[in-house]
Amino acid sequence: MVSAGLALSLWSGEVATAFNGMLVLDGPALFFKFLFVVSAGLVILSSADYVRRFQRFQGEYYALILLSATGMMLMAATRELLSIYVSLELTSISLYVLAGFLKDEKSSEAGLKYLLLGAIASAVLLYGMALVFGITGTTSLAAIAERISALSLSGLAGTPALLMGVILIVAGLGFKIASVPFQMWVPDVYEGAPTPVTAYLSVASKAAGFAVLMRVFFTAFGPPLEIGASWGLLLAVLSLLTMTVGNVAAIAQTNIKRMLGYSSISHAGYLIVGVAAMGLGSAADVWSRSSVLFFLASYTFANLGAFTAIIAISNKTGSDEISDFSGMAKRAPVLTLGMSLCLLSLLGLPPTAGLIAKVYIFNAAVHQGLMWLVVAAVINSVISAFYYMRVVRIMWLGTPSSEEKVPSSGALRAALVISCLGVLLLGILPGVFIRLAEAAVKMFAS
Amino acid sequence: MGVTIAFWLLAIMCIISALAVVLGRNIFRAALLLALLFFSVAGLYIILNADFLAAVQVLIYVGAVAILVLLAIMLTRDVTAGGALNKFRLPALIFSLLLVMALVYSVLSTPWQISPQAPLETTTAALGEKLFGEGGFILPVEVAAVLLLASALGAIVLVKEKDGKWKSG
Repeated sequence: MVSAGLALSLWSGEVATAFNGMLVLDGPALFFKFLFVVSAGLVILSSADYVRRFQRFQGEYYALILLSATGMMLMAATRELLSIYVSLELTSISLYVLAGFLKDEKSSEAGLKYLLLGAIASAVLLYGMALVFGITGTTSLAAIAERISALSLSGLAGTPALLMGVILIVAGLGFKIASVPFQMWVPDVYEGAPTPVTAYLSVASKAAGFAVLMRVFFTAFGPPLEIGASWGLLLAVLSLLTMTVGNVAAIAQTNIKRMLGYSSISHAGYLIVGVAAMGLGSAADVWSRSSVLFFLASYTFANLGAFTAIIAISNKTGSDEISDFSGMAKRAPVLTLGMSLCLLSLLGLPPTAGLIAKVYIFNAAVHQGLMWLVVAAVINSVISAFYYMRVVRIMWLGTPSSEEKVPSSGALRAALVISCLGVLLLGILPGVFIRLAEAAVKMFAS
Repeated sequence: MGVTIAFWLLAIMCIISALAVVLGRNIFRAALLLALLFFSVAGLYIILNADFLAAVQVLIYVGAVAILVLLAIMLTRDVTAGGALNKFRLPALIFSLLLVMALVYSVLSTPWQISPQAPLETTTAALGEKLFGEGGFILPVEVAAVLLLASALGAIVLVKEKDGKWKSG
């Protein structure tokens, strides 16, 4: 199944459209499809150990993961507001069920919370889309851009309804990518949901949100329209808040899933830096867009790898508390090594992908004059060292609570090795992948 | 003139019933008021010449959704009391008032473009053409079909108990 998906996404090199241009196969769509297939595949591999906890419905579990992956691929490939909304709902509904899959108290709470807040976010997004449709009279992103430039606005302030529409769309998508102030659901849902689903949520669901965010804002509201500067600044402020709140809150966490939840919030912050630079730059500015893609790829591998190791270790110890990871280097050396590598990448140390990704995205932002944001982001990275290094230190230097080895299945080990290879490859040979990302965004079909 | 009066009546009915749904303590009454809200929205659709939409609204929302909510309440014990006081009541009120003001301002102060075309007499055929015809919105329709599959699957997973029995009550 996974390999079929891989073959399919590698298949075409040209821009093709279907359904009257509603569905498009261009560089970014291809990139995101590839990313979703890889992350769904890794999640399925790492679930092999975990699904034994479900007495029933193991088949439905995989079906739901694949259905939500379908939704995400559609999100990345559609360029029409209605289709985007319906594919987003397809993704979300599968994920709501997955979050509540364990059916114990915490998992049910996670599912319910995710469902209620997600429904509100969808409504907000739909209202924003309705306002944009009201102004422009079309749901096609390219046509929206034409109508807006025909209106020849002086700025977003001239048409409050359009401004409101843009804000509401940002709010709706902000829930999906877990940016502040729409991040409240993250820690509880991440803690309660089954761990593979948490990994999936933190990676694929976030990437899908960014796919839509980039396509909507680049195609419909992007440069050369002048309103780009307004939402670019809006997003810059949002990203500052997001990374600061995520990093500061992560320090106090004792549960590893909650900690990685907050860390995923702060990574959403770093990613928004790139999207904000996209709004402030010109249409020819490739860097800001390709840096977001590169960052997403490196974040995907690192986060999935970390969660894969957590799945194996928690399965043995039966707890997600950071203190129970003490001395894991002696009980599970390979898992610990992989997990440390992934945490270092999330932190952004050489020789991992995280460093290159951060440098690349901050570089793009500096070129658009967002120096203040980059300084804040670097300070934030330093703060994040505190909680990542604490876990690494506990794992290597702590005293183990028992001498028992931690077992792990072949599928799970394969997932971990693939993730670590991804992290290292992107870190050691970044040039190849950066060129790939640049080629991908140049094919942005408008 | 008649249309204007009807609009304002329906709009006020809409807002009052919506507020009553949210603020009321009795969940059973809230469900009944929800049905009333759906009816008045259907009335608004008729004023907008959207006959098909109004019919669908009555069929699905009043006929299915509201009845389902009522059934769910009747099958569940001890929820009719509901609606505990919440410490976020005041901030929520302030925030929603601000949001309402911002929305009303932005809608009122925007120069909307109004289509010069006369509205269609019956919209059903045109809607069908738009959804399934050449150059129409067939993609979202198909994605929605997959969406229904996913939600049916999800509902079964969540409702069925681990030992294979259906959860009751």
